[in-house]
Amino acid sequence: MPTYRELLSQVKAEIDEIGSPEAHARHAEQDAPLFLDVRELDEWQEGFIPGALHIPRGNLESRIEGLVPDKEREIFVYCAVGARSAFAAKALGELGYGDVSSVAGGFVDWKRNGFEIETPKALTPAQRSRYSRHLLIPEVGEDGQQKLLTARVLLIGAGGLGSPASLYLAAAGVGTLGIVDADVVDDSNLQRQIVHSTERLGEPKVLSAKRTIEALNPDVTVIPYEERLTSDNVERILSAGWDVIVDGADNFPTRYLVNDASVWHDVPVVHGSIYRFEGQVTVFQPGVGPCYRCLFPSPPPPELAPSCAEGGVLGVLPGIVGSLQASEALKLILGLGETLTGRLLLFDALHTTFDEVSVKRDPSCPVCGERPTITEYVDYVEFCNLAGRGVAT
Amino acid sequence: MTAVRIPPTLRNEVGGARQVDADGATVRELLGDLAARYPALGSQILEGGDLAPFVNVYLGGEDVRTLDGLDTTVSDGQTLILLPAMAGGAC
Repeated sequence: MPTYRELLSQVKAEIDEIGSPEAHARHAEQDAPLFLDVRELDEWQEGFIPGALHIPRGNLESRIEGLVPDKEREIFVYCAVGARSAFAAKALGELGYGDVSSVAGGFVDWKRNGFEIETPKALTPAQRSRYSRHLLIPEVGEDGQQKLLTARVLLIGAGGLGSPASLYLAAAGVGTLGIVDADVVDDSNLQRQIVHSTERLGEPKVLSAKRTIEALNPDVTVIPYEERLTSDNVERILSAGWDVIVDGADNFPTRYLVNDASVWHDVPVVHGSIYRFEGQVTVFQPGVGPCYRCLFPSPPPPELAPSCAEGGVLGVLPGIVGSLQASEALKLILGLGETLTGRLLLFDALHTTFDEVSVKRDPSCPVCGERPTITEYVDYVEFCNLAGRGVAT
Repeated sequence: MTAVRIPPTLRNEVGGARQVDADGATVRELLGDLAARYPALGSQILEGGDLAPFVNVYLGGEDVRTLDGLDTTVSDGQTLILLPAMAGGAC
């Protein structure tokens, strides 16, 4: 039986190694390899190579395929001094990863050379407990939770869709939520708008939502915008910088305004809409998939576009659609899974069916197409009145 | 026969049905059959023989505008979905 020293030299003979200066040179490249840190959590928290993925050696085999599905990806694996990473490199090779090198001398040598390191903001013990069910999911983990805590999501509307969406985003620890809504809480809202309550009747919805959300999770800051989104205020509100917009507007002019602004600011929109028993959900990711105008170039005439105030809505329906929107927003922030980009999901609560249709980018789209004809904000109320056969309201 | 899904905002035009059957080898023939039996629906979704711009029509989950438009051939077992935009959210 070999001793540890002998085993280590055997393994090192079987794998590729790279010195930290060479690894550092590659780190700066545009097409840099993936740096994989296999040290323990306490070592990681002392600092790591910027951009590195952290999987402790003990979890490497079980987690790597979920986090790095591409087995041809070039990987530089490192630990403290280059021993654990040698064994890790061998294990990765056995799992079929074809381009793996162990960084000789590891993180200690990297630091000694004066190369840049990054120190993570650690979660507090209270956060570790609050988000423990997220931390247990390998795809989220501590890194993902940190992403959520630093993420900024703008919700258009604090009503049927904005209620569940904002509550779940807040519970998940999304650090900053902007909410745009000019209305006050009305008793006819409470059949579905669960972020509000009977004692809030008459209170501005954004302030009511802020109170509920900050009571649910003190990690979350709510920025209330007690106004209707218009061409006049959209630049001010979007310039605050948002990672995702959750669109739960109740009218077409706002839908088209949100779309145009999101394309020009390059912010993905999670779109939801509801009527009676049926809902639609999709994701518009500028530059990646279609925009709202690719899907619906023009709004229907008013008689074909009754609002929920006219036609009604099953109270739980926005709960389902708004929760799907929250789920899509979390995936966009975490960079996980497959979003509804390019797919429109149709939900029918009465028959409990989900249908899906495909949505493609329209090369002739006036906003996101090859030759845009709309390049600044228009009068969206007029646009919607003139569209759909020009039927007057 | 092809099943045609009717959106909630157009159900009054077909007597409240969520789904109706229609006959036709192409999308044009299908919609023509529908329009003949439900003139009110026809006048909403067709404009001068073409699709109204605010109605999307999906066959087998694909927008017929990205296929052969109204000339798209309909195969057995496919479902046609009529879909105008819905605004509702915050309301």
